[in-house]
Amino acid sequence: MGYRKVAIVGAGLTKFVRRAEETGQEMAYLASKMALDQAGLKLKDVEMVTVGSAPDAFDGVHMKGEYLLSGAGGNGKPYIRNFVGGGTGVFAPIHGWMHVASGACDVCLVVCSEKMSSCHPHPQGAFLTIFDHTTEQPLKPTLIWIFALEMRRYMETYGLTKADVARVAVKNKNNALDHPSAHVAEAVTLEDVLNSEVLAEPVNRLDISPSSDGAAAVVLASEEVAKRLTDKPVWIAGVGWNLDTAYWATKDLYYPRYVEKAARMAYEMAGITEPHKQIQVAEPYDPFDYKELHHMEGLLLCERGEAARLTAEGYTARTGNLPICPSGGALGVGNPISATGLMKVIEIFLQLREEAGKRQVPGKPRVGLAQAWGDLMQVGTVIVLKR
Amino acid sequence: MKIDQVPMKGLTSEEYERAIKIKWQPKLQYAWDNGIAIGKYLAGLKEGKILASQCIKCGRIMLPVRSFCELCWRPTDGEVEVKDTGVINTFAICHVNWDASRLRPDEPRHIPAVIEIDGASKGQGIMHVIGNVDPKKVKIGMRVRAVWKPAQERTGTITDIIFFEPY
Amino acid sequence: MKQRIGIIGVGVTGFHTVSPALSFKEMTYSAAVKAYLEAGLQPGEIDSFVTASEDFLEGYSIFDEYVPDQLGAVMRPVHTVTAEFLQALGIGCMMIQTGHFRTIAVEAHSKASNVKTLDEVRAFAFDPVYMRPLKESAEFLAGLEMKRFLESSGNSERQCAAVVVKNRKNALNNDLAAYGALLTIDDVLQSPPVSVPLKHLDIAQRADGAIVVVIASENEAKALSKNPIWIDGIAWCSGQGNPWCRDFEEAEYAKRAAEKAYAMAKIAHPRKELDFVEICDEYSYKELQHLESMGFARKGEAGDLTESGATAIDGELPVNPSGGSLGVGHTFEASGGMKLCEAVFQLRHQAGKRQIKNAKRALVQSWRGVPTATGTVAILSNE
Repeated sequence: MGYRKVAIVGAGLTKFVRRAEETGQEMAYLASKMALDQAGLKLKDVEMVTVGSAPDAFDGVHMKGEYLLSGAGGNGKPYIRNFVGGGTGVFAPIHGWMHVASGACDVCLVVCSEKMSSCHPHPQGAFLTIFDHTTEQPLKPTLIWIFALEMRRYMETYGLTKADVARVAVKNKNNALDHPSAHVAEAVTLEDVLNSEVLAEPVNRLDISPSSDGAAAVVLASEEVAKRLTDKPVWIAGVGWNLDTAYWATKDLYYPRYVEKAARMAYEMAGITEPHKQIQVAEPYDPFDYKELHHMEGLLLCERGEAARLTAEGYTARTGNLPICPSGGALGVGNPISATGLMKVIEIFLQLREEAGKRQVPGKPRVGLAQAWGDLMQVGTVIVLKR
Repeated sequence: MKIDQVPMKGLTSEEYERAIKIKWQPKLQYAWDNGIAIGKYLAGLKEGKILASQCIKCGRIMLPVRSFCELCWRPTDGEVEVKDTGVINTFAICHVNWDASRLRPDEPRHIPAVIEIDGASKGQGIMHVIGNVDPKKVKIGMRVRAVWKPAQERTGTITDIIFFEPY
Repeated sequence: MKQRIGIIGVGVTGFHTVSPALSFKEMTYSAAVKAYLEAGLQPGEIDSFVTASEDFLEGYSIFDEYVPDQLGAVMRPVHTVTAEFLQALGIGCMMIQTGHFRTIAVEAHSKASNVKTLDEVRAFAFDPVYMRPLKESAEFLAGLEMKRFLESSGNSERQCAAVVVKNRKNALNNDLAAYGALLTIDDVLQSPPVSVPLKHLDIAQRADGAIVVVIASENEAKALSKNPIWIDGIAWCSGQGNPWCRDFEEAEYAKRAAEKAYAMAKIAHPRKELDFVEICDEYSYKELQHLESMGFARKGEAGDLTESGATAIDGELPVNPSGGSLGVGHTFEASGGMKLCEAVFQLRHQAGKRQIKNAKRALVQSWRGVPTATGTVAILSNE
């Protein structure tokens, strides 16, 4: 049967900052307004709204979706919040795609807003309660534990050094110097990363993306509306998502098989058979530097264990054969969880429209991909965009 | 519209200190029902045993105890006692607390690990902490054993095992 | 609706004030097994899964981590909405209508008994700047709305009490219900005040339980099921997000969602064309407000309708034959799921002592509770 095509026709993005002056609602408004302005639409043209946001514990509001409603333009409209942990930012436009592809509406606003600075003493504290309340929380785990455990397993499996992994942080943080939303734009060297404070070996402070406040929004439209609004629509060619078991300690952490499953779902829909050749620019999720490598492999953009070498060779640089995180990623631009994922989708949108300014990758890319990850090493969300 | 003209203001530390703030500490208390499976798992810990579930269809011996096999989609076939020894699958050496505050130099480092338990199916691990060891000497593949609290101090929780130590 | 969606399997646990014997995983597993059995499907044959939950009701951050195993959905496309069950069902319908999915399982549950500070959690949903410093409970807002609704519409507290008496009596015939009771109007009127005019017995008490429903595209449903129940229309809507911007007279969310659902199902005269309704009655006055907002009664007449017996199980338009949230127990994000199951049982003519004769078409409605203005309406039929 013929499927309805869905395009991104407008995008909005706030600055990513450590502590926003604005409330979560106001942040959602700023991003939404910007996306609508770019699409040449008014709020009355929006038929439905879907919002993505990470745990309520950050903002310190129960039913955070309902709290964000007014800022995200949901008053008097069908409005819903989707939530797949850290994977939410890329899942939100997938949710929007469902709204438009189903025929339920022609114009859907997708908003991601994250105010992490509300959580005290540190947003990290909100992560204690992601672990199993009975079998794990009594050990007083931190979020960094699970990353450090996975990073070590990944490095050990392929015999990687700290430097092999840290090159990702260097690349992304330097890419972010050209991003107007960047939280802490600073040129860093390999030594800076390797010599930064050790938090949970093998993780140093600069291996981790900064916790930020920020919001992002995109407007999705059906084919007919999109063609009326813009001569440069970017089509959602494939979507995929996948959730692995909650018993995270019972699987080998060296490879994100759920990301591969999500990618295969998206590739099948997009007609992509050789992702490493057909994907021309990608924004995999990089909350920690090793995660970019892990995800490149899961996304089948390279062979298993090869991502670090390709990074060292400059293959993934903005001017390389396959630019990875030309935006600067979570490591460089900042990491307001759900807004980061949508920022990545917006980066691909801009790259395919050749509107990424100083960040523009060469070669007029026509196919790009954004991916996010979340939960207890569990969820992969993938979106393939085509010009 | 110019995507490069991004809105929003970040507060400097000084501005943040001056800002009017509203504080709220919610009273959030839960008493989660353990149910059949985790109830048995905790009762086992109180007796100084690690229990696992078996599924005769896929043949897995699974940790922790679960009342249904999520892959075969059928009830599990009872519990078996596994050993309280195992192998480190991966570990970390952590210098921060759960709320991101830093450990003092004189405090012992936390060494969380995924431990594949002997007697369970390959890869069936649990998260716990490693103790009684120089952190520099911990390695993937190292054999460890549970160090239990004395029987009268055990309450039926995962911390009835104080830590796992190399042996 | 562009393409009808069929309900081919429902699994529901009983509803209980406490449920210590089962963890939320085990409770949900038992509901899923029943739903998949009815659908004649293994979980591996279901294309995707949608679950509805809120972190603070579960006591987790990122609760969606803990949903796949008990649904048999490990390494499958699963996603969570922080929404009420019927809204998740609506998303499932959308997914099928994209043409990329044939079958979807939808899940919601309540372990409200595990939340020891439930009132605190509910008040934690208030805007942190404008409302929370007042240190009021969630019932404060419900009382405020009830007052405005009664004054503006002319319905009375006595008529609200009649809703409580009816629903808790209906629940006596429902084996799944936790709060069946024979009460009098005076029992309700004399129960302790909570947030005047709201009284203790006007408020639905909490219950635990789980619901899993399997839906399929029209073709798939016909192939898989002998007695599919059809979703002819489903829509959700929000009113004003910030409570201080609402008029508190009508339920804007219910009105708008119903208008859309009626249009999808081609319903012009809801009271004539629907055989019964299962609607949100978390508070007694909400049943009256929802009836009026969705066009079953003119402003101020829902109370009269109730007192006349027209909404009783043997009346002209039975309202909440299950016993509703007041009689069965309120299950938060699962509450619309409970009502949907009742509608399915009635339309399959499997409702036993509660069976409404010749029931062919029904409306099911939910509201997400204080302080939200979000709700969903679904129209179901059996032919």
